[in-house]
Amino acid sequence: MKLAWWKILSIVLLIYAFVGGLLLPAPARPIVNESIRNLYYHVPMWFGMMVIMTVSVVNAIKYLRNSNLQYDIISAQYGRTGVLLGILGLTTGAIWAKYTWGAPWSNDIKQILAAVALLIYAAYFVLRSSLDDIDKKARVSAVYNIFAYTMLFPTLFIIPRLYDSLHPGGEGNPAISQQDIDPVMRMVFWPAVLGWTLLSVWITTLFIRVQRIKDKNILHA
Amino acid sequence: MLKQGKILLVALFCIFFIQIQAQVVKPVEMADTMRSNGKIYVVVAVILTLFAGLIFYLINLDKKISRIEKDVD
Repeated sequence: MKLAWWKILSIVLLIYAFVGGLLLPAPARPIVNESIRNLYYHVPMWFGMMVIMTVSVVNAIKYLRNSNLQYDIISAQYGRTGVLLGILGLTTGAIWAKYTWGAPWSNDIKQILAAVALLIYAAYFVLRSSLDDIDKKARVSAVYNIFAYTMLFPTLFIIPRLYDSLHPGGEGNPAISQQDIDPVMRMVFWPAVLGWTLLSVWITTLFIRVQRIKDKNILHA
Repeated sequence: MLKQGKILLVALFCIFFIQIQAQVVKPVEMADTMRSNGKIYVVVAVILTLFAGLIFYLINLDKKISRIEKDVD
């Protein structure tokens, strides 16, 4: 089997993120010390989750436009991967927080609201499993998906900026700030984000293909 | 006047330089031991081995699904 180019790219970028992330110089900062390298592994989970959830909601809208169950499958499987990335982000964040903020959970505004955002998505799967009718399930969950996606913006981006957070980078206007990430770190950080995102897409496509085989009778009815 | 000004300028530079020096004197302690005796490479090797194993597994799964897809059609 010839491996698709983006799968190879994902492998290469992640190898670079592991080697470069551990061996390249990192800025010496108090408190975080070497754990600053977690930026290459913890933060890409959240960036990846945003991309994956965007794909999920786009497919939910596509389903609502033409009622093709293929889109429902894609939307649901991307949602699953997105929640996985969110849980990994929350867990890795808690480990990092234990050694920098002193406790795994400090009721930091971003911690609380990230958990809220994930719980909203958790309800998406409860909703899906509670409906038996395939078309109704697809339609209701597509509508809910749009709501859950919309809620990501206040919970992850807007409200945390209105309160003091232990997280860095929330002050001022982060979009135009050039000092959030050290230039050396940026050289590893962005490839890491792309690598992790592509790996998540890869795994999701496998789930989608399995689901298509499972639902074959429904899809071709 | 000009000479005095020059001296003042040099003095200012000196103060500025000393301040920079003072910042450099207090380095933040990083885990340099692992790096200096090379053992960090062991960690990198372990991570890469694990990653290679997982990717191998993932590619295998990918192939297997492709085969089933062919069988189903």
